Amino acid sequence: MSPGSIGILGFGTHVPYWRLRGDTVAAALGKRGGRGSRAVAGSDEDTTTMAAEAARHAVRSAGGAERIDALWLATADPVYADKANATAVHAALGLPGRVHAADLAGSVRSGVAALLAGLHYPGATLVALSDRRNGPSGSPDEAGGGDAAAALVVGQASPDGPVPLLAEFLGCGSATAEFLDRWRRPGQPWPDSWEERFGERVYTSLAEESLDRALKASGLTAGDISRVAVTGPSARAVRSAGTRLARLGVPDGAFADDLTSRVGNTGTAHPGLLLASMLERAEPGDVLALAVLADGADTVVFRVTGAIAERTRVPSVEDGIARGRDSLSYADFLTWRGLIRRQQPRRPDPDRAVAPASARSETWKFGFAGSRCAECGTRHLPPQRVCLECGSRDRMTAEPLADTGGTIATYTVDHLAFSLAPPIVAAAVDLDGGGRFSCELTDLDPAELDVGTRVEMTFRLISTAGGIRNYFWKARPAREGTPS
Amino acid sequence: MTSHGIKDQVAIVGMGCTRFGERWESSASDLLVDAASDAFASAGIERDTVDAYWLGTLNSGFSGMLLSTALKIDYRPVTRVENFCASGSEAFRNACYAVASGAYDIVMAVGVEKLKDSGYSGLTRANPPSDGTGTTLTAPARFSMLSPAYSAKYGVAREDFKRAMTRVAWKNHYNGARNERAQFRAEVPEEKIASAPPVAGDLGVFDCSGVADGAAAAVIVRAEDAHRYTDRPLYVKALSFTAGPGTGTYDPRYDYTTFAETVRAAGDAYAQAGITDPARDLSMAEVHDCFTPTELVIMEDLGLSERGAAWRDSLDNRFALDGELPVNPDGGLKSFGHPIGASGLRMLYECWLQLRDEAPSGRRIAPRGKRYGLTHNLGGGPGECVAFVSVVGAERG
Repeated sequence: MSPGSIGILGFGTHVPYWRLRGDTVAAALGKRGGRGSRAVAGSDEDTTTMAAEAARHAVRSAGGAERIDALWLATADPVYADKANATAVHAALGLPGRVHAADLAGSVRSGVAALLAGLHYPGATLVALSDRRNGPSGSPDEAGGGDAAAALVVGQASPDGPVPLLAEFLGCGSATAEFLDRWRRPGQPWPDSWEERFGERVYTSLAEESLDRALKASGLTAGDISRVAVTGPSARAVRSAGTRLARLGVPDGAFADDLTSRVGNTGTAHPGLLLASMLERAEPGDVLALAVLADGADTVVFRVTGAIAERTRVPSVEDGIARGRDSLSYADFLTWRGLIRRQQPRRPDPDRAVAPASARSETWKFGFAGSRCAECGTRHLPPQRVCLECGSRDRMTAEPLADTGGTIATYTVDHLAFSLAPPIVAAAVDLDGGGRFSCELTDLDPAELDVGTRVEMTFRLISTAGGIRNYFWKARPAREGTPS
Repeated sequence: MTSHGIKDQVAIVGMGCTRFGERWESSASDLLVDAASDAFASAGIERDTVDAYWLGTLNSGFSGMLLSTALKIDYRPVTRVENFCASGSEAFRNACYAVASGAYDIVMAVGVEKLKDSGYSGLTRANPPSDGTGTTLTAPARFSMLSPAYSAKYGVAREDFKRAMTRVAWKNHYNGARNERAQFRAEVPEEKIASAPPVAGDLGVFDCSGVADGAAAAVIVRAEDAHRYTDRPLYVKALSFTAGPGTGTYDPRYDYTTFAETVRAAGDAYAQAGITDPARDLSMAEVHDCFTPTELVIMEDLGLSERGAAWRDSLDNRFALDGELPVNPDGGLKSFGHPIGASGLRMLYECWLQLRDEAPSGRRIAPRGKRYGLTHNLGGGPGECVAFVSVVGAERG
């Protein structure tokens, strides 16, 4: 590895808890069969919250937020237009104001674009890729799509510092073309597609061109590749491109599981998910190639370093897959996507979160920072000005608590409250090291709850009202692979 | 904290209470006119005799004009009071102080709520604009958090605690079936209560008080003037109110088995009234049974049950109409529903009837103790609420 080389400093992923099985969809539509399962964002998740979860892991994996200079959020399913979504992720991570945050949004190609741009941006860039894929009822795009997020911290290793490169960036190759394979106008729920055989032919040639350029840029041959992953919105094109790459000399055993049978094709997020998955299985010295077929082809090549073995462990792709629950009904899936409207309890709509109050409480609402009394050490969530214990005024220091675990003191299941995914489950959570957070719980089966259950924090959507997304933190049962 | 109280300085000389329920035919103004007119008649006075008014309502109207426009009050003071579920009791408390201070000779406390017109289930209220980080839970969900915490703390099986909750609902419906003003006037078998559709946690539909419209009113004068209006006034022995710091939802020391607000309000009230053993001195208690576990916890907070024993006392029928200490002999919030501003004064109305031997024979309680009645409200939720306790008695001294 040469001095000043760039590459991957950390990575993290978020695979949602819910799975929709292919046979569940088929049965609901009166058909037989249906294979695999896809990851489905909870009713309290969107591309912004998923990106924030993945980015939290990535930042921890890269040794903390201090070195981050920019944050780019790439998604084909942005929550807001005109307003940046990356700023909510920035706030959820508690990043300092000096860190530039912006969206690359609209096309699936924005995912690999963010990665390439990050690799070429001075300083360390947090690249968050997030997507939520839809298709018409019964279509391969619906059952074979997926929802997930992946985040990478890319840039230069600190000269003598504590953050080594996990994988060195060797080169990339692009091949861009204008043709119609999948397209969607803003506001439409899912893309239209042209006959797959057309895109297949175009993509296969583009894949070859981009690999060729990437190998030249890296000074390698196809036979040097230890692991390769190919992804793109068209499954047929991905298969054919794989065959072409093999014919060009990429070793047979190098083709990585593309995860589509277990999480679906997560679109913009998928390149990041596959890169993370390859890194999690890699040995030092491995050459990893990633080919993304989205309105052209882009191939990036990395060499894994010795630091991969000593990296900070965060929940892996396999951890995320393993914690999935595949009992989601097709009706609930459609409800959460807003594709069918169900009867709600006779309760008022949620209030919208207002702009000035949300801005005032940014470090709490987004950053989950409580306050600790400098006089007596008592912790408060939400932050207070007056200490509940000693009554001191304005003697508080902010304390970020998103990575602090907790224990359920008492809880309830609310069948009456408004929710797209009733019932709402809530608890008083006593945090490790002091303080109590009363909050909603998510990603769980209420039957698994009891006083004493261990939980972790997660950034979620509480409600949407007046077109405003109300983001805040919830707790969910703690799982393997999370800090205790 | 100093709290002198105004024991025996003021007295209630007339009361009115509407029928509670789905009063589709009546507006909030209509209910106020009905309750106030009954109270005027009960005290044998005309509207213009009253010097000043206190009106309790959560959100059925704003300002004293909700009452002044309904009754056509001619430019007299009407103070509108809001303190969550204690709003009616707060109107009463402040009206009493106004008389005790000497500022007025005769005043009225009146409370009203018109809930059914909203079209929603349960209680709703308009919240100030916020950052959206506050609780999204409904009231039954918040109060249902008492149940697992209580069971865990005292080692009570969840099923046993649920049986005690069921008995609370059964008892209050039994009493309400004997009250013509109640919203629900039928006894409900325990099997039906226990198997009702879930609302939140261990709470089924019958563990929750209903949603109703209603109003109630009281006429208050100086104690020495009371016999000008009635032979049997009801003397105010104690009035207390607490607003909690609301730290329970973020202080791990709060264990969801008590309402410190009620404990403190009761301690103050007992001191004012000279009560040393409430279970012995009281004849009855009207308490805030918004949800069945709430009533169980209240029994302990008011000192009517030992800690950890209310569930057993409930199953032993200690608080039944013919039990050792009747609690909610009128049927409680369970039978009346909870028109917020009216409930506190509705409780007081039952004391007015029972302690003055005017309760119908079907639910008349046996005389005991000092012939004191207690009323209690709490508003908010576990760990963050307000509480009110009053003690009234049929005799002065």
